[in-house]
Amino acid sequence: MKLRHIFNLAIKQVLRHRVRSLLTLAGVGAGMFLFTSVQTMQHSLTRVIQGGADDTVLVVYRENRFCPMTSRLPEHYLREIQRIPGVEEAIPIQIAVNNCGASLDVITFRGVPPATLSRYNPDLQVLSGSIERWQSRSDAALVGEQLARQRGLSPGDTFEAVGVRVWVAGIVSSPLQQDNNVAYVHLPFLQQSSRVGLGTVTQFNVRVRDALQSASVAQAIDDLFAADQAPTTTRPEKAFFMQTAHDMIEMIHFTRWIGLGAVMAVLGLVANSLLLAASGRVQESAVLQTIGYSRSAVSSIMVGEGAVLGLAGGLIGSLGATLFFYLQSYTIGNEGLVLALVPSLNVTTKALTIACALGLVASLWPAWTAAKHPLVESLRR
Amino acid sequence: MNKLPSHNLIRCRGLSKTYRKGTTTVTPLEALDLDVERGEFLALMGPSGSGKTTLLNLIAGIDHPTSGELWIGERNLATLSRGALTSWRARNCGYIFQLYHLVPILTAFENVELPLLLNPALSRVERRARVNSALDLVGLSDRLNHRPSELSGGQEQRVAIARAIVADPELLVADEPTGDLDRESAKSILQLMSELSADLGKTIVMVTHDAIAAVAASRTLHLEKGQLIEQSGISKADTNPNG
Repeated sequence: MKLRHIFNLAIKQVLRHRVRSLLTLAGVGAGMFLFTSVQTMQHSLTRVIQGGADDTVLVVYRENRFCPMTSRLPEHYLREIQRIPGVEEAIPIQIAVNNCGASLDVITFRGVPPATLSRYNPDLQVLSGSIERWQSRSDAALVGEQLARQRGLSPGDTFEAVGVRVWVAGIVSSPLQQDNNVAYVHLPFLQQSSRVGLGTVTQFNVRVRDALQSASVAQAIDDLFAADQAPTTTRPEKAFFMQTAHDMIEMIHFTRWIGLGAVMAVLGLVANSLLLAASGRVQESAVLQTIGYSRSAVSSIMVGEGAVLGLAGGLIGSLGATLFFYLQSYTIGNEGLVLALVPSLNVTTKALTIACALGLVASLWPAWTAAKHPLVESLRR
Repeated sequence: MNKLPSHNLIRCRGLSKTYRKGTTTVTPLEALDLDVERGEFLALMGPSGSGKTTLLNLIAGIDHPTSGELWIGERNLATLSRGALTSWRARNCGYIFQLYHLVPILTAFENVELPLLLNPALSRVERRARVNSALDLVGLSDRLNHRPSELSGGQEQRVAIARAIVADPELLVADEPTGDLDRESAKSILQLMSELSADLGKTIVMVTHDAIAAVAASRTLHLEKGQLIEQSGISKADTNPNG
């Protein structure tokens, strides 16, 4: 029996009990929505941790501080850091956030010296507006595309957050996802408007010539300021992110159990629906076998039904979640670091494949049930 | 030794069927001998529990005898595995049920097409031609796209007959094919079965309680307690109320 004939019969059987099938699809869709959401969070985190960090970049932070609101370093440390052997470049950064705790609504301003932005982030691409307009106006902001979409911002708009009012000079995109959720402003402007004051910054980002020198340079920086007014802790950017956003990462890692729960729920739901169908079709299965259908052919139709339910429910759930995250542009912030929950084709495809596989696995027992009964006994029912 | 004479399609020798029901052993058929010629239309009659449906199921290859031989053509069904019996049924035997047992979600065309889907060598065009021909033969060429719920009982049984003959099996078995039909519909179904036997050479074994239905057959056998007690050739004239 050809696969397409099995598939056609399976679709007709799914359509046979429309209400039951719709309810099953709704359940599978909800489960796969949850699974895709969890996977989107995991995938977004992985992208930030693996793709958003550079082993040659060190982050100098105030010792024992984790929130940008409390990390304060004298800006004049810059010159001393630049003199340390192995340091290629150092940039002072002021960060202002509206919330240091884990939150879904974080606005982050990064104040950098206007002339150094291109060196700090050479991959920044201007989608609309221009860098020249940003450089020419002290209250100008270059807004990451994710933040712009979330807030509905475009060049020429003004917006206010954290007590800072800025004028949007351009919308920018960066291969580093965390850059797409912040607004770049002039360092002196942010120092003044956030009332931190001139001469104080949140952190220094230091680029070393060779990744092998990272540890020694970090040690040298911390030793240099150990007895100073503001002792420092210097870590590679990846370690900085993982330690600073530890709570958020833990929370996101925990969500994998929710994803697993969703998968198990889908499995049970499809299996239950198909078992009901199998028990209601004992006689029909026997008739099919009487006219020459083998047990495996009868089982295949049931397996096909599982695949159809899994695939259709997976489409509803995974595409729904993808669309949801695209339209909502959600971000999770923790200690001033921002994680954008970005939908991905990989995640959608993976969810669809898993949904289809779940449908197949869930149908195995009902498929065996549908064909196991002795023919004569089944025909007498 | 057991090869059939070419004019016989069915040959049973010492055919027995025993099964357990709780603590009791039931023997619906015991050491039955039977020959059915090719193209013959045989009616099996007898009271409930006489073993006629058991015999029908054995002949149709959906049940296994406990002992004895059951030759259909060149094959002894008693020696075939369950899988081999399934393949044999697909090619050699059409089954007509009392309650039609059509798949309710499929149209008449799709129901009749079901056995042909098992033959991957058939193209879509060939399948269509065969289904149309079978439905035409049973007089339902204008009901191709009707679902069973949109057909009368007689029409449903005709679709079931079309499904049974579409793969062109030599043997048709029917379990009370008119038992659920009104007199007129039953008459036309029996007429159709007679034509299948007479015109197309199909060998038909039919179980019935109805003596009038048995008249359509060329021979009638009576079973009681698993034994063949009488063979009679009830003719239409014998049961004609007008003599």
